[in-house]
Amino acid sequence: MSIAQYVKSFFLVEFVKAHALTLRYFFKPKATINYPYERNPVSPRFRGEHALRRYPNGEERCIACKLCEAVCPAQAITIEAEPRDDGSRRTTRYDIDMTKCIYCGLCQEACPVDAIVEGPNYEFSTETREELIYDKNKLLDNGDRWERTLAANLAADAPYR
Amino acid sequence: MTAFFNTTVGLSYNWAWFVATIIGILVIALPLMLAVAMIIYADRKIWAAMALRRGPNVVGPFGLLQSFADGLKVFLQETIIPSAANKGLFLIAPIITFTVALIVWAVVPFQAGVVLADINVGLLYVLAASSLGVYGIILAGWASNSKYPFYSALRAAAQMVSYEVAIGFILISIVLWSGTFNLSGIVMAQKGVLNTPINGFFLNPLLFPMAIMFLISSLAETQRAPFDLTEAESELVAGYQTEYSSMSFALYWLGEYANVILMCVLNATLFWGGWLPPLDWAPLYAVPGIIWLFAKMMFFFFVFSWIKATVPRYRYDQLMRLGWKVFLPVSLFWVFLVSGVLMWMRVGFGS
Repeated sequence: MSIAQYVKSFFLVEFVKAHALTLRYFFKPKATINYPYERNPVSPRFRGEHALRRYPNGEERCIACKLCEAVCPAQAITIEAEPRDDGSRRTTRYDIDMTKCIYCGLCQEACPVDAIVEGPNYEFSTETREELIYDKNKLLDNGDRWERTLAANLAADAPYR
Repeated sequence: MTAFFNTTVGLSYNWAWFVATIIGILVIALPLMLAVAMIIYADRKIWAAMALRRGPNVVGPFGLLQSFADGLKVFLQETIIPSAANKGLFLIAPIITFTVALIVWAVVPFQAGVVLADINVGLLYVLAASSLGVYGIILAGWASNSKYPFYSALRAAAQMVSYEVAIGFILISIVLWSGTFNLSGIVMAQKGVLNTPINGFFLNPLLFPMAIMFLISSLAETQRAPFDLTEAESELVAGYQTEYSSMSFALYWLGEYANVILMCVLNATLFWGGWLPPLDWAPLYAVPGIIWLFAKMMFFFFVFSWIKATVPRYRYDQLMRLGWKVFLPVSLFWVFLVSGVLMWMRVGFGS
């Protein structure tokens, strides 16, 4: 250690400099988002809670092709299907285990009719595990609730697909 | 107050003294508990602000009630005692830490004449009582019968002993200069130091280095960052508190922060004029001394938190090097220097 360094360390020069820096930061505006009252902007591509969408006439989009079930890497999706009375092919069961889901977005990529999508909602924590195993009704409900945002997000992202 | 209970209420002198002392203890201890709760909040808030975070701001206005919410949560928890632990020692260790943190307050002068025990060897009492604090930590580490608390206890023992040596010499230079062990006497000796209108030994160029060293040593003594090796969470989980839960854990927190406040008050009392106003100017004496003391204490607590937010943790060998190879020789030399200067001032060389 040179003499200059020794004197510097003895008079705590570096410590004083560091404390001047932190004191400046003390008065700076805070970087934290005040979460429940302020939120970060959410990208149209954000992959949050799932939703099953409907056509404007109220018919559900899903045609039970099971591509999402096949592609799902976490095997979180379970689909059962049979022809309806009018002959169209629809699901009788569409479950997503949200505790398994890794939110990779492959299901919405795979969907040929934009039926299953991941919406912008990320506030769906529950108090029990059972509530996180979504069935078809819950997913269709989500679709109805978020349809406007979902459609807008899909439109915003469409040029890049 | 003893006279009041003796003559007005009509108790015998011994009982009057007893009741008056109990009231005196409560008058110090209860606000202290409140102060500890608020100072934990302040610590988190200051630390957060320097890290550009907001800190607790949800419970109560500006999050002021956060500590009480935490206390309530801890109070409602189950006390878990490890099956291999030494039950008696395990439970008594936090009580020791907490009690020792409180008893030192008996000799702290809050204002002229306002002190629970105005004893002549007040500073010795402070040293003796604060040295006992290490027992709470050693016993916790030993009784937990767990690796990390044990490591932490070993570190704490070595650390506190090393820095108490330096603190001892620093205090000796104060005692030499003020000529008394009594804390009130030390405060009064700081009035208009070196014939300037400023109160406080820090102005004395001979004692200023001691003030800085005492500040750093008191950080080590209370195991605050950058000397918080006893609870280095990256190495030792939570240090000696690892196996503690519920109220015994809360007692550690209360004791730890009561110690921190105590060290802030000692810094203020020994070097920065205690309950004297910063300037020896008559109108300033209209403000009660306890307010000056409190303001100085808050300032030192801010400095403690400021340091915690700024400096990274020392390595253990660096801590020991600082204690034994820097602080001990320097403070020892300073005792000789101060006593030499005092001899020269009072007697003069060669006479």
